[in-house]
Amino acid sequence: MYDLIIIGAGPAGITAAVYAARKKMNLLVITKDIGGQAAWSGDIENYTGYQFISGPELAQKFEEHMRKYNIALKENEEVIKLKKAGDIVVVKTDKGSYEARTAIIASGKRSRELNVPGEKEFKNRGLTYCATCDGPLFAGKDVAVIGGGNSALDAALQLMKIAKKVYIINNTPSLGGDAVMREKAQNSNIVAIYNSAQVTAVLGDKMVTGIKIKKEGKEEQLAIQGIFVEIGLVPNAEFAKEIEKNQIGEVKVNCHNETNIPGIFAAGDVTDVPEKQIIIAAGEGSKACLSAFRYLAQHKF
Amino acid sequence: MKTVKIYSTPTCPWCIRTKQFLKDNNVAFTDIDVSSDQAAAEEMIKKTGQMGVPVLDIEGEIIVGFDKEKIKATLGL
Repeated sequence: MYDLIIIGAGPAGITAAVYAARKKMNLLVITKDIGGQAAWSGDIENYTGYQFISGPELAQKFEEHMRKYNIALKENEEVIKLKKAGDIVVVKTDKGSYEARTAIIASGKRSRELNVPGEKEFKNRGLTYCATCDGPLFAGKDVAVIGGGNSALDAALQLMKIAKKVYIINNTPSLGGDAVMREKAQNSNIVAIYNSAQVTAVLGDKMVTGIKIKKEGKEEQLAIQGIFVEIGLVPNAEFAKEIEKNQIGEVKVNCHNETNIPGIFAAGDVTDVPEKQIIIAAGEGSKACLSAFRYLAQHKF
Repeated sequence: MKTVKIYSTPTCPWCIRTKQFLKDNNVAFTDIDVSSDQAAAEEMIKKTGQMGVPVLDIEGEIIVGFDKEKIKATLGL
């Protein structure tokens, strides 16, 4: 029986783990990967103490900090169920089952998928969720960016520099995001913007060859070799069935990071905390750990 | 020591972490930047049938992505 199980090892989970280790709590961290979305970030210039650091470097530093303590860590393991049975929190994963007095959900968010035919088959065969990673492979090609917010614009601006033609497929009547970025995309002569347009299918043979879109009731096909999906994020909280969530599936927490179930806490991007930032996730992680510590002290298990 | 080739792009976070992991384990490798070498990019796509980076070629054994366990097993770390 652990004092605390932390689900996830992004900025929130790792910070909670460091605090828990220093409180000498009997601790287990279960996670799919280390660093979370921070590891995917480009340049970070607003994490206090670092005037400039890249996402992978900051994630590396987080990991080193956590590994300085002898923390039990299950990597590459996915939580499939979290529930409370009496006073005990039970965490079931794809590899085993664990029990603890308390748990912190810090499982973050993942890229939202299009949910159209062809998406799964052509993932990494021309379709990608990481423009920063795979963008450079599409030099001289025709590509489509799906989405109309800042991350879609960011991808479009990166691709504008190297691709032959960039389509932006946005399902709302006009582009969102920052005006500066929007204007850059609008003023480019290789960018074509399709507003109020839905993607209905990804087409291809071995690799992506096109995309099917629907605009004002009419279907149209665009011949492209690359698709960059940038339509936002979804919380990784499906495993927490009994936990109260908001409309978009984020775990509801109060200012002590308590969920509706005593002994289960949550922190970071998976929660409904306003503003999703690395530094906020880290701060929330420490708060969640301190709340769990207090909960254990009060209950004298 | 086995010959290790990594196909990567300079901007990809997982490429950076994979290379860091190899360095931490004192594994020598050849880094191939597929963003500036079109022929190498095609070679990588042909080898793997996909376009995601990083790709590791450890004497013919192909590993797509930063799959730490598989890298360890293949290199006997």
